[in-house]
Amino acid sequence: MKLVVGHLYPDYLNIYADRGNIAVLARRAAWRGHELEVRPLSVGDEIPREGVDIFYVGGGQDREQALVAPDFAAKGGALRVALDRGAALLAVCGGYQLLGRFYRDTNGVEQPGLGLFAHETVAGETRMIGDVLLECELEPGERRTLAGFENHAGRTRLDPGATPLGRVVAGFGNDGESGYEGCRLGLALGTYLHGPLLPRNPWLADWLLARALERRGESPDLAPLPDDLEREAHEVAARRAHERGGRA
Amino acid sequence: MSPRIPLGLEVAAARAAAGLSRLARRGGGTTIPGKLLWKLDPGAIDHLAARLPRGAALISATNGKTTTAAMVAAILGGRYRLAHNSSGANLVSGVASTLLAARGAELGLFEVDEGALPEVVRRVRPRAICLGNLFRDQLDRYGELERVADRWRAAVTAVGPETTLVVNADDPQVGDVGRIAVQAVAFGLDDIRHAQPALQHAADSKWCVACGTPYRYAAAYVGHLGDYRCPSCGHARPPLDVAAREIELDGLEGTRFALVAGGETRRIELRLPGLYNVYNALAASALALTLGATLADVQEGLGRFTAAFGRFERIAIGDRRLLVLLIKNPAGANEAVRTLVAGGAPRVAVIALNDAIADGQDVSWIWDVDFEPLLAGLEHVVATGSRAAELALRFKYGGLDEGAVEVVPGLERALDRGLELTPSQGELVVLPTYTAMLALRKIVAERGFVRQYWERAA
Ligand SMILES: [Zn+2]
Repeated sequence: MKLVVGHLYPDYLNIYADRGNIAVLARRAAWRGHELEVRPLSVGDEIPREGVDIFYVGGGQDREQALVAPDFAAKGGALRVALDRGAALLAVCGGYQLLGRFYRDTNGVEQPGLGLFAHETVAGETRMIGDVLLECELEPGERRTLAGFENHAGRTRLDPGATPLGRVVAGFGNDGESGYEGCRLGLALGTYLHGPLLPRNPWLADWLLARALERRGESPDLAPLPDDLEREAHEVAARRAHERGGRA
Repeated sequence: MSPRIPLGLEVAAARAAAGLSRLARRGGGTTIPGKLLWKLDPGAIDHLAARLPRGAALISATNGKTTTAAMVAAILGGRYRLAHNSSGANLVSGVASTLLAARGAELGLFEVDEGALPEVVRRVRPRAICLGNLFRDQLDRYGELERVADRWRAAVTAVGPETTLVVNADDPQVGDVGRIAVQAVAFGLDDIRHAQPALQHAADSKWCVACGTPYRYAAAYVGHLGDYRCPSCGHARPPLDVAAREIELDGLEGTRFALVAGGETRRIELRLPGLYNVYNALAASALALTLGATLADVQEGLGRFTAAFGRFERIAIGDRRLLVLLIKNPAGANEAVRTLVAGGAPRVAVIALNDAIADGQDVSWIWDVDFEPLLAGLEHVVATGSRAAELALRFKYGGLDEGAVEVVPGLERALDRGLELTPSQGELVVLPTYTAMLALRKIVAERGFVRQYWERAA
């Protein structure tokens, strides 16, 4: 089966090794006999309402984020349609912030977001930097952990009733106070976790691929892979989060 | 504020601490006396620096500052007695320790951490500041590149016309800092034959400093360093005062180029490989000329210069050779890979990833390094360090056959495994992050193959 990833702003938002996440999706699809096409969608490109199975948007430095924000806001309508038609989405760090209602920097200047996720982000004086460990339950009854690294000045506050991606086991998370991290709306996931996220949390890559297969009317079952290295990397990262995550 | 103690007493106390710490083998006593002096009286550094009859020069950059400073020392060492922090202790405390230890020095020569530059500028009041490059590096530690550039701009704005700025014009951010200085010398590469076909994946300053439009590059040499122009507003590389032309790369052996400055040209022979070392040599030349060297001094000093541990120095270990190349961020690692591959890709490599503060606790940068050209030629790679598994994943998802990767977390065992996989008379390439390099140097020194760095500095 051929699956399509729409990679948003790969030339602007790529600061935390976002291509590592893309490489993991591509290899893990290929190892199961599927082909993954990666379609860059940058400034001025139109978002196809059909044909993209997984959208990915990474993080950038403040300047790059500001450069893409107006273009991204204008893509909001088309992205919503694509998600309504069954596409999945993973947004990391800056991309996650841009999917909320707004980002307000330390000078009080507001950058409008897409308003897809019910959250808003306000920059704090200090950055929240360190390893993070989350517990999440994307499928009822299946509790899994995600290990990553966070580095953000923004404090993201979810609206009451909005669903976080997970509960913080160690680290800061959305705002360093709520005990929650990320946001989930249907098949759209947003998170501060980079590292990059997917190599050491391959179950999440497989979850995204399974949703993409379902969207194509295929069976979401993926053959298991020997993930010894991935497990080891996850364990080390999880240990780091316990040792030194979430310290201001 | 601590009570005023006469400077002489503070200095004596701090020097005694240096002797003790060296005796205690705590790493050559590089920063301990400086930290002590700092505690006793932060202003003492200002006074010590002011005593240097020929003033001081500072060198900062994401990549290459240690090598550049060592090159300047090689050029000027015969002319002036130097206070030079050659051990790489480049925070305020390291500068203080060097000032303490260098009795009778005439000229201060300090490599300075990018983040520490504003404070060192304020205290030392240098007569020259050399700014080499800004690449994304340890975002968990330094923050975003633009923030570093902003702090540099603020530091440079505060200096007077007595300070000359020596800047790499090929770096849009750095070249732009040069524009605000009263006295500036711009250096850069001028040899389109060595341009890359496209900007690298990890290229950083791709957007016009003035208006945000993507730059057009007539030539991109290393990362985002090159000859750029903004198609919208015309912001472009400043004219070069010191340039390298007719560059010849000789694999891993060295480089040659024509150094053009003040209407004169000298042929430079460098025993260090790679375009990024041409940048280092060019920075060193421009700074040394600013500090009073002649072109003949430059030619002779660079011709004598040899690599340091972790920067292309080769060490014989029995009937094998070790080639250690520090990697610490995508831009630097990309150049290490590019230079290695140009010299004939190695078949065995030990790659070490630690995640201490000095390495960067965030290891995501390894995914931004273009390791792929290296992987294509490798038969065995030993992944080691505290994040060995993460590194092995990078290679696995980069397409290297999983059977070719061995994970050996202990550095010493990994080194021995690498040597074992290296044929007799062969060369083992080791790419370590900073703390892994220090540990490796210690291991190799304990086996009697390399001098400790505080001996080298003497
Ligand atoms: Zn412009």
